[in-house]
Amino acid sequence: MSQSNRIPGGRCVDYGSEINFRFNGRPLTGYKGDTLASALLANNIKIIGRSFKYGRPRGVMSAGSEEPNAILQLGTTPASQVPNVRATQQQIFNGLTSRTTNGWPSVDFDVMSLIGHVAGKLMPPGFYYKTLMFPRFLWHTYEWVVRRGAGIGIAPTEPDPDRYDKINRHCDLLIIGAGPAGLAAAHIASRTSARVILMDEHDKPGGTLRYSNDIIEGLPGIDWVKQITAELNAAANVDLLTRTTAVGYHDQNFIVAHERRTDDLSDVAPVGFARQRVHRIRARHVILATGAHERPLVFANNDVPGCMQASAVSAYIKQYGVRPGNRLVLMTTNDNGYEAAFDWIESGGESAVVVDIRTRVNDELLKRAATAGIRTLTGSAVFEVKGKRQVKAALVCGLDSEKNTLIGKDETIPTDIIASSGGWSPVVHLSCHTGIKPNWREDIAAFVPGTTNQKMLTAGAVSGDFSLSAALSQGASAATTILADCGFDLEDKATISCQEDTVDAFQPCFHIPHRKPTSRSPAQFVDYQLDVTAAAIELATREGFESIEHVKRYTALGFGTDQGKISNVNGIAIAARSTGRSIAETGTTMFRPNYTPVSFGAMAGRDVNELFQLKRYTAMQPWHEQAGALFEDVGQWKRPWYYPQTGESLQDAINRECLAVRNGVGILDASTLGKIDIQGPDAREFLNRIYTNAWMKLAVGKCRYGLMCGEDGMVLDDGVTACLADNHFVMTTTTGGAARVLEWLELWHQTEWPELGVYFNTITDHWATATLSGPGSRALLAELTDLDLDPTNFPFMDWRQTMVADIPARVFRISFTGELSYEINVNANYGLTLWRRLIEAGEKYNLTPYGTETMHVLRAEKGFIIVGQDTDGSVTPEDLGMEWAIARRKKFSFIGKRGIARADCQRQQRKQLVGLLPVNGDVVLPEGSQIVFDKPHQLPAKMVGHVTSSYYSAALDRSFALALVQGGLDRMGQTVQVSIGPDAWETAEITASVFYDPKGEQQHVQ
Amino acid sequence: MLKIHCPYCQETREEEEFHYSGQAHIARPSDPDSCSDEDWGNYLYFRKNPRGRHMEMWVHAAGCRKFFNVVRDTITYEVEQTYLIGHVPRESTQ
Repeated sequence: MSQSNRIPGGRCVDYGSEINFRFNGRPLTGYKGDTLASALLANNIKIIGRSFKYGRPRGVMSAGSEEPNAILQLGTTPASQVPNVRATQQQIFNGLTSRTTNGWPSVDFDVMSLIGHVAGKLMPPGFYYKTLMFPRFLWHTYEWVVRRGAGIGIAPTEPDPDRYDKINRHCDLLIIGAGPAGLAAAHIASRTSARVILMDEHDKPGGTLRYSNDIIEGLPGIDWVKQITAELNAAANVDLLTRTTAVGYHDQNFIVAHERRTDDLSDVAPVGFARQRVHRIRARHVILATGAHERPLVFANNDVPGCMQASAVSAYIKQYGVRPGNRLVLMTTNDNGYEAAFDWIESGGESAVVVDIRTRVNDELLKRAATAGIRTLTGSAVFEVKGKRQVKAALVCGLDSEKNTLIGKDETIPTDIIASSGGWSPVVHLSCHTGIKPNWREDIAAFVPGTTNQKMLTAGAVSGDFSLSAALSQGASAATTILADCGFDLEDKATISCQEDTVDAFQPCFHIPHRKPTSRSPAQFVDYQLDVTAAAIELATREGFESIEHVKRYTALGFGTDQGKISNVNGIAIAARSTGRSIAETGTTMFRPNYTPVSFGAMAGRDVNELFQLKRYTAMQPWHEQAGALFEDVGQWKRPWYYPQTGESLQDAINRECLAVRNGVGILDASTLGKIDIQGPDAREFLNRIYTNAWMKLAVGKCRYGLMCGEDGMVLDDGVTACLADNHFVMTTTTGGAARVLEWLELWHQTEWPELGVYFNTITDHWATATLSGPGSRALLAELTDLDLDPTNFPFMDWRQTMVADIPARVFRISFTGELSYEINVNANYGLTLWRRLIEAGEKYNLTPYGTETMHVLRAEKGFIIVGQDTDGSVTPEDLGMEWAIARRKKFSFIGKRGIARADCQRQQRKQLVGLLPVNGDVVLPEGSQIVFDKPHQLPAKMVGHVTSSYYSAALDRSFALALVQGGLDRMGQTVQVSIGPDAWETAEITASVFYDPKGEQQHVQ
Repeated sequence: MLKIHCPYCQETREEEEFHYSGQAHIARPSDPDSCSDEDWGNYLYFRKNPRGRHMEMWVHAAGCRKFFNVVRDTITYEVEQTYLIGHVPRESTQ
């Protein structure tokens, strides 16, 4: 029985193009223009999913983004899976594959529904919290069953084949929502030269006009929409975006919109197309014309498939040519609701009964209904739905609204569909994203956008005025106001005319009482997506959750991916009544971005794979690659990690590289070190203030190690600074700290000492650095330079300007390995040449390139710290045993001096940097391992420190480590226990932190 | 996402170009060494957290690298004004 619910006349479908798609493996057909929801309804498929908690069968509820039930999994391949797709917003295309997300093992037989049916009463809010806590070890089992049962969609298991884009945009006027109000505004703006963006989340503009019977400017509404749309498409200054949802409204009119460009075309985007785009829009002005969502009423079993919003019934009939049954019962609190019944009968529906909760209804309307053959019951309500897997009948009786009780006799009315309209909730969500609470308006029983400081106006239903004429005039006047403010000329102020019936007042009503108390009646659902019932909300308030934010968190009301679009107000109303407060007093919960779910792909855009993060390479990169180096990430830098030779393991390579430096000569690419050029008459004074050690006497041609602290006395960075001239220095920083240190220097100069004449510039990328290290480095360097390398003329901690390999170079005789070292700095453009020449000349010295891993081992053997590895922001220079770097007698109270003097920094038993030698020299302690003094008898044990650096040393032929240990400097020779796994301990001896050449003879080698 | 006017560049730019740098107008004690622990602690750690008008420091990190002051409302996130280091803000117009 193909498309048994299809009827002629659908405005948005093309009856000539049949589309084949699948739902839960079943092949089905629909028409071009159908949404997945309309096509499923056309095929008379009632059960589209199972509910989250109780596993109850659920069907299509709405025709828009507010849909709580019809949320499906899409995708034909493991790579193209998309969870969380609202069937009401997804157009069908040939080959579309959709599946139910909830329901295990299948949508027609659901394990959770047994729990729901048998134990529904036993699963109050907080059920999982209250019940599944004990025994604790079983939680993982529970969780598996619960999650499996709940089914929350499947993430793709393979890389996404699609491409996504992000665009930054600016406009004078952004109009959100292309219903009557938005179109009227855009219509006005299109006649100026203002830059306008108009967006709508649906596939076509029109909003309610797509299914309403309104007449505008003498045209059927839908034709007026087509006319305006054509105008807007032709206007050069207007960008009309469909399938584009404004998902976030941020400060200063920064709007994030999610555009689905090809989701309606195919499983994977066509070649050359980005599947989705994120627009980041900075708008001078915004018109919020987001309309309103129809609020269904809350009554017993109101979730049985066949229960819908009244407007959704009209939408399916008029837009898509789908009447989801033959008999309709419609419960309403307002005149608008009747439209669905008229549409039903007009489309050939067998019968329609309107149940109006109002006792007094406009005679004209009742007459019109009678003429159409519609039975009307006033002062009545549907209080229960009969049927399990689909609606079979409505139980109707009289309603005393004042006393909130049912009166009179029950009547059972057989029906296929029960539609309800409890009035309209303006779509205030976006207006709340910047922190503005919406205001409750008693006269329309709805929240409207609160006063905002954003340059934003509202127009149409979102402002709380639900009439068509108001939408058109507010849209036009908002645009006029804004355009005038922006200085655009408007020639005419044409008004748009429309025909409209007068509408009688509606009666606020949210929750239909039952014969039984709420707690005992069949479930009355408020939030369909998360299975929150009226009884649950009342229970929550009885249990003391009075704040609506607490009710929300306890019951999960509005926590679903639909953000409670149709449930929120009903839930608040029920909480208000049960706590004896007004709705205004109860207030609402926060609406947060995103308005509808946004795929990770769209958020990431092109910032994936190669473009995920910037990569920085040194000038010598081509050589490193050729030499087969493996690379390590250091910040954004790619640094050679080690250079394995054939058949070598990591440790083999490290041992070889280490021994080469200790016994021969090695070469390291040190270009990534941060370098800051500091100039000015007060440069020296500035260094003196910013570093802990003394700088006044550093002569031209000399270098000095400097330690930098924060005002709290904690080590911030370190590095060697060279004096180039009396007013010119070059500071080096840690590779990762370069940007931060420059900002730190600027901060002090600009905010505290602007009187100092000093200027900073980053020159990290301007210089390439090759470091020769090892006893053989002098002989090797001598091959390529005329510089006098005699140690008396070029001693340790000096630098020289010279030529190396015919390239102008600054050579620094400093050492991070403890060996005789020369750091050769050249213009980065010559970096590769220098490196190649050094390698060439080094052949006869067996010059060995080494990477960061070897550098780490060598420096640790010497006890040289790495800031950020051996320190963590809570370590003072004294903790590191570096009192020698604190020049307390400096005239100026340098940064960190007062901090170090604080009592806490001077107390005994601070954690101090020491060496550790594991008793078993084959064991390399894992870095980060916690340390205790004695093996604990009981857990948790008091931890007294941790391992910061740990390696195997080829030179020492054993493992060693650096560690921060409580009072460590006074515990030399004592042993500690290092935790290396569950119940696994390693004994280590505390030693000095310098393991190799403690007297430093190697680096001073003559 | 704020838009911030850099008083040096004389340009209104996206927040991405700037770094926040904490409360403004905190002067370093002129003689730290004779500062009591309490005063030093107040200087180091204690900051205002007002609801509303807040004076704070930003740096145009991806621009001119200059630090400057911003008066920002912590509720509405409105940037009322920006001004140079060493200057005082104009009176609030509100």
